[in-house]
Amino acid sequence: MFTTLLAKEVREQWRTWKLIVFLAVFLITGMISPLLAKYTPQLLGSIPNLPPEMASLIPTPTVADAVGQYVKNTDQFGILLVILLTMGVMAQEKERGTAAMLLTKPVGRSAMVLAKWLTGMGVLLAGLIVDALGCYAYTLLLFEALPLGSFLILNLLILVYLGVFLSLTLLASTLARSQTVAAAGAFGALIVLLVLGSLPRLDVYMPGQLVNWGAGLVLKSSTTAWPALGVSLGLLVLAVAAACLSLERQEI
Amino acid sequence: MIRIQNLVKTYGPVHALDGLSLEVAPGAVYGFLGPNGAGKTTTMRILSGLARPDSGRAWILDKEVARGGADVRALIGVLPEEPAFYGWMTAREYLRDFVAPLYGIKGASAAKRADELLAVVGLSEVAKRRIAGFSRGMRQRMGLAQALVHRPAVLLLDEPVSALDPAGRKEVLDLIETLRGETAILLSTHILADVERVCDEVGIIAKGRLIVQDKRDDLLARYATPLIEVETENGFSGWLDWARRQPFVTSVTQANHTARLLVKDIHPAQQALLSSLAEQQIPVRRFEVIHPSLEDVFLRLTEKEA
Repeated sequence: MFTTLLAKEVREQWRTWKLIVFLAVFLITGMISPLLAKYTPQLLGSIPNLPPEMASLIPTPTVADAVGQYVKNTDQFGILLVILLTMGVMAQEKERGTAAMLLTKPVGRSAMVLAKWLTGMGVLLAGLIVDALGCYAYTLLLFEALPLGSFLILNLLILVYLGVFLSLTLLASTLARSQTVAAAGAFGALIVLLVLGSLPRLDVYMPGQLVNWGAGLVLKSSTTAWPALGVSLGLLVLAVAAACLSLERQEI
Repeated sequence: MIRIQNLVKTYGPVHALDGLSLEVAPGAVYGFLGPNGAGKTTTMRILSGLARPDSGRAWILDKEVARGGADVRALIGVLPEEPAFYGWMTAREYLRDFVAPLYGIKGASAAKRADELLAVVGLSEVAKRRIAGFSRGMRQRMGLAQALVHRPAVLLLDEPVSALDPAGRKEVLDLIETLRGETAILLSTHILADVERVCDEVGIIAKGRLIVQDKRDDLLARYATPLIEVETENGFSGWLDWARRQPFVTSVTQANHTARLLVKDIHPAQQALLSSLAEQQIPVRRFEVIHPSLEDVFLRLTEKEA
C-alpha cells in the first residue's frame, strides 16, 4: 500500500512537470554560481569611465567566491522552491476532494503524509545533486577543483537545512484547508526561523548555521555547528510527526 | 450488514445527526432519503471513516466503524457526491495502477479488473484519456467504477446519478440492480423515482433523525393515503362544505376549480362523492383517484417533521 502511494507521488511529480522544473532551476543555480563569481568583477571592471580607485577595489575572484555564490543562491532559490513544491501537497488534496476519495480506502493517514514527505525529500535530493554537479563542473572549469569530501558534506548539510523547511511546509499544508493558508504558514515559519537566527546566542541553534558550517568546511575553516544540526534534525522529525498526528485526528 | 445506533454529530450549533439509528440488511438496496441538511452526507462520512461521531456507534459487517481502521474501509466502496480524481492520470491508470493496488489487486488481475469496470460504466473508449478532461457525468461513472474495484460487501453511494443524463442514469440504476443480493447498498438520492425503482427498503431522515424506515412497498401502503382529485366546469358552490363534513374525508384542499380530497377508504368515498356530485348537478370535468408516490409520502413526512 505504501509503495502504491509512493509511486503515485513520484509519478505526479514527473507528470505535472514539477520535477523537471525543480531540477532545471537547481541545475541553472549550480552552474550560474561559479559563473557569477568569476565574471561579476570583470563586468564591474568593464564599466566605462570607472575611476581607477574604484577599479582597484574590485577583488580578484577566487574559489571562495564561487562557494559563497553557490551557498547563497541554493539557500534562496532552494527555500522558495521547496515551499512552492510542498505547500499544496496536502492542502490541495483536501481542497479538491482527492484526500477524501483516498482516505475511504484502506490507506493509513500517516502513510499518506510519509509518502509525500519521502517524495519531497527525494526530489530535493535530486535537485541538490544536479545543483552540486553543475557547481562542481563550472568551478573546476573556471577556478580549481573543490575538495570533494567537504563539498559533499556541505550539500548534505544543505539537504538537512532545506529538509527542515520542506517538513515545516508539509506540516502547514496538513494543518491548513487551503494552499494559500499553507503558504502563509510556511512563509511565517521561515520568517520566525530567520528572526531567531539573527538573535545573538540563539543563532547557533538555528538551521541557518548549517549552511555556514558547510561552506566553512569547503573553505578549510574549522567552525562547527553541531547544536544547529541537532535542532534542525529535531525540527524536521517533529514537523513530520506533527503532520502525521494532525492528519490522523482531522475530519476530511 | 450496516448498523447505526444513536449517532450524534454536531458542527458548532448545528445538530447534523441527532440520535440516528438504522439498519441495512445484507444484499439490500437501501434508499436513504431526506431534505438538504438532514444528515445524509454526514452519515456517509462517518461510515466511510472521514468523520467521527460525537457519540453513538456504527458497524459494518459487525466491525465497529468508529474504532475501525483500514480493515473496515477494505469492506466498503464509497462514491461521494462529487468524486474527485488526480486529473493527470488516465482512467485506466487510476483504476489499474492506483486504486486496485490499494486493495492488494496487482499486475494482470488489476489490468483485467480495470478494463472490466471501464466497460461496465461505459468509459472503455476514454480509458486512455486524462481524467482532467472528463465531464461531470463521466467523473460520476468513474467514481462508481473506483468504488467497485474490490467487489465490496457494502457500497455507500451519495447521489450516484445526479450528474447523469437519462440514458446514463438508467445504465447506473441497472448496474445497481445487478448488485442487489450480493452487496448491501446505502443509496442517498434526491430522485425519488430512482428510489422507487431500485430500493428494497427506504429510510427517511429529517433533522438528523430517522423518521421512518420500512420496506418500500410497506411504506407506500402505510403512508400513501389515497386521494381523489375533482375538477369542475364552474366551481363547487356548497359541495366542498358538504364533503368536509363527511366522516370518510380527512382533508380538503382547493385551487380554483380543482379540489383534492384525502379519504380514509377509497371505494365507499368514491361512490358517495360521485353520487353527491350528480345529485347536486355539478358539471364535472375530471374525477380521478390518485395513488400517491414515494415523493408524496416523503413530502408529507418531512413537512410534518419540519
